[in-house]
Amino acid sequence: MAETSTEGTDTIEALSLVPKAEGRQSMKDFKSDQEVRWCPGCGDYAILAAVQGFMPELGLAKENVVFVSGIGCSSRFPYYMNTYGMHSIHGRAPAIATGLASSRRDLSVWVVTGDGDALSIGGNHLIHALRRNVNLKILLFNNRIYGLTKGQYSPTSEVGKITKSTPMGSLDAPFNPVSLAIGAEASFVARTIDSDRKHLTEVLRQAAAHPGTALIEIYQNCNIFNDGAFEALKDRQQAEEAVIRLEHGKPIRFGADGSRGVVRDVATGDLKVVTVTPENESQILVHDAHAASPTTAFALSRLADPDTLHHTPIGILRSVDRPVYDTQMSDQLDTAIEQNGKGELAALLAGGDTWTVVG
Amino acid sequence: MTSQVSRTAEQADEAVVGEQRKPTGAKDVRRLDRVIIRFAGDSGDGMQLTGDRFTSETASFGNDLSTLPNFPAEIRAPAGTLPGVSSFQLHFADHDILTPGDAPNVLVAMNPAALKANIADVPRGAEIIVNTDEFTKRALQKVGYAASPLEDGSLDGYSLHEVPLTTLTVEALKEFDLSRKEAERSKNMFALGLLSWMYHRPTEGTEKFLRTKFAKKPEIAEANLAAFRAGWNFGETTEDFAVSYEVAPAATAFPPGLYRNISGNLALAYGLIAAARQADLPLFLGSYPITPASDILHELSRHKNFGVRTFQAEDEIAGIGAALGAAFGGSLGVTTTSGPGVALKSETIGLAVSLELPLLVIDIQRGGPSTGLPTKTEQADLLQAMFGRNGEAPVPVIAPRTPADCFEAALEAARIALTYRTPVFLLSDGYLANGSEPWRIPETDELPDLTVQFAQGPNHTLDDGTEVFWPYKRDPQTLARPWAIPGTPGLEHRIGGIEKEDGTGNISYSPANHDFMVRTRQAKIDGIDVPDLEVDDPHGASTLVLGWGSTYGPITAAVRRLRGAGEAIAQAHLRHLNPFPKNLGAVLKRYDKVVIPEMNLGQLATLVRAKYLVDAHSYNQVNGMPFKAEQLATALKEAIDG
Repeated sequence: MAETSTEGTDTIEALSLVPKAEGRQSMKDFKSDQEVRWCPGCGDYAILAAVQGFMPELGLAKENVVFVSGIGCSSRFPYYMNTYGMHSIHGRAPAIATGLASSRRDLSVWVVTGDGDALSIGGNHLIHALRRNVNLKILLFNNRIYGLTKGQYSPTSEVGKITKSTPMGSLDAPFNPVSLAIGAEASFVARTIDSDRKHLTEVLRQAAAHPGTALIEIYQNCNIFNDGAFEALKDRQQAEEAVIRLEHGKPIRFGADGSRGVVRDVATGDLKVVTVTPENESQILVHDAHAASPTTAFALSRLADPDTLHHTPIGILRSVDRPVYDTQMSDQLDTAIEQNGKGELAALLAGGDTWTVVG
Repeated sequence: MTSQVSRTAEQADEAVVGEQRKPTGAKDVRRLDRVIIRFAGDSGDGMQLTGDRFTSETASFGNDLSTLPNFPAEIRAPAGTLPGVSSFQLHFADHDILTPGDAPNVLVAMNPAALKANIADVPRGAEIIVNTDEFTKRALQKVGYAASPLEDGSLDGYSLHEVPLTTLTVEALKEFDLSRKEAERSKNMFALGLLSWMYHRPTEGTEKFLRTKFAKKPEIAEANLAAFRAGWNFGETTEDFAVSYEVAPAATAFPPGLYRNISGNLALAYGLIAAARQADLPLFLGSYPITPASDILHELSRHKNFGVRTFQAEDEIAGIGAALGAAFGGSLGVTTTSGPGVALKSETIGLAVSLELPLLVIDIQRGGPSTGLPTKTEQADLLQAMFGRNGEAPVPVIAPRTPADCFEAALEAARIALTYRTPVFLLSDGYLANGSEPWRIPETDELPDLTVQFAQGPNHTLDDGTEVFWPYKRDPQTLARPWAIPGTPGLEHRIGGIEKEDGTGNISYSPANHDFMVRTRQAKIDGIDVPDLEVDDPHGASTLVLGWGSTYGPITAAVRRLRGAGEAIAQAHLRHLNPFPKNLGAVLKRYDKVVIPEMNLGQLATLVRAKYLVDAHSYNQVNGMPFKAEQLATALKEAIDG
């Protein structure tokens, strides 16, 4: 990717209030003593390893790192991190994390959630966390299925999916989490894949550096109930046509030798995929993750075919600066003290009309 | 209790404390020991403001008082209709009183709807002041009056004052550059001025209030002041009002101190701020707007200079979720709501029970089920607070008894939550929330010490000698677990809603461990240190009346009546509903009869009967209004005799 910020957390404004670790950390420091209980072969293992491997790079005091999760397979994640953690209730992690992050700006707060947790039962909290722009990093493990309840269709399952609860095929149109997040005013939206550790780590790096809410959709394979759901993106040959790797400031090209590209349809303003030719090469869209308007990022998110996953963009679709909720909340407290002085309880209680009864 | 109790007519020759305007003395002045006034009008007529102002004048004069605002859920129901009527009742006295009063001595009816909606509560002999301008044929028809009640004799026996309030107000404001409609809006201030004259209320507070309220619109401020003074002068000069009344300050009713008038929701908000200060913790409120709790959110949001964070969440669930998240981080976490919101928060309350973190759940009860009666009062969430969760999830429950008592109840709720690391329910209700009374402002050094100790280091030694931190290792006295907040090195731990192993807090599905943890969580709540129940029984009665929450005023007033009539009756009032005071069982067994009046169908009675096998008798009312003292006295008399 074009931008990296590996110089350490001293330069990351989003983490400037979080105390730093005293010594050098390693991946081992972030592994808890708990036995990991995901199914063998689950994509969650790869994500856990990537996160545990990445955290030392941030160099934060691990007691100031908190993982908050909801309910579902992915939500067991906090138990395996040797940080503070809360495994809460279904769908509510963004709300709980909002209270924590907005009252403790010295913490690095991460939310771990799944497609059912974040988009079904917790959809409301997710969209409101995104629009508020609280300093949270939300890792949304999307396996397009309910795993922990043993295989019902999820809000990201493709139409017609045959599951235990939909023997004749599901009728629900799926959410595209990236489109949803962009529509919910998210300031940072990215997508990555469990098996691509390098890409996943780079996305984590960028998210950690982002001030405000970062939503990272991680395509994650459930080898028990939805195995191979993302095979089109993982199989090297298929991936050439399926995966669009976005890099800020670079023309959006993919396919064998970059033979395919994304251009804007002059008539509709929409985006489309073309075969690159000398004539159209100059019109290939240059990815601008920092564009103020979410329009193009949204259009990019719509290129993916929900059934075949062809033309799935991965990387950082959107990363813009917007006022951060917890910073502003804290600023309001400071302003109130500036304007009215630090609160005096006795004066507050005796405010208004009073009278004295003499004994 | 019906008409005003008048004593010897006295000239108002004594200086009245705090009074700015004084009647000239040309008219008769009678002294009363107490008065009940009800202001009633359209939702848009400003009756709540009028009542509030009269209350402030009365409070600053030093009377004891109790108020009952009563308004529809609709912001502006169709004008002139019965559902649109809003009223404000105020009881004030020269002695200590307990309720907003049963029956008004004075009804101010701003239109026919207000008259019709309220006349049934007003006994013959009372004074009725009507705004005759609104008694048009159309307005009368709108509420089903075939003939004008002002003319058909139906108000015979009342002392009727027919005042063209609107016309007089418009006339008084003709010098102002206001449209007729704008001028008419000040008619509530005219009425307030008239009543302020009638009862010798000090006026400087209202004058100051109007100047502040309309600081940016001095013309409107002056117009309202002019209407207010015109109302006063009208009383002073018109022959229709031959008498004015004095109600002396209730100096002997109050212990010495500095006083103010306070509503339940305001007292509760102040109590939360005080609790956070006494605990030396930042206050975090996560809340979603809901009647009648929203005023606590409004109030706390004004006090950010106390380090108070208020978070208006996307829903009730997020409100409590954020409060719980903040509690995990070391804040005093609070969520405020009403019954329907509690229903939505249930799962998170269960999580807080499992996490064993301090959290205050403030439920300002209203009529239910479902949306029910949003602006009316009820006590029907007691069983929801006790049992409304999956699994065995005990939560302490406490209830304030008067508006001012909400302050201390908030401190007590915080004490329990912080000491025992548990969510705590505080059950207020719509009557306490909006009602008001004088409050002796406590000295801040009288407030309880609520400081807590966060965990700082390891609390357990493993067999191999390793020092470790166990998040579920309990204090042997309180059974509370340590509160280790993020940012504390070495205490990194994970907690969650899955059953935890005793001590380590690791996930455990062991049957024996679950059984142990369920019983331990219950034992922790059962073991909360709660003061013994005090019983007021001067005459060795055989009947006990037991109450909880906002029924304190009416029950106590009824008990006074009975004792005044020579009956013996004992009274006790519960602040702690879970756990009950340890002596409650013994108290109940001392009496032949136990009567429990509640604004529900017998929820406390159910608990008491189940726990103590006592044949407690329920007396219930669920009409959205507080009990009336007379009605309760009658019911209690029947219980004594029965």
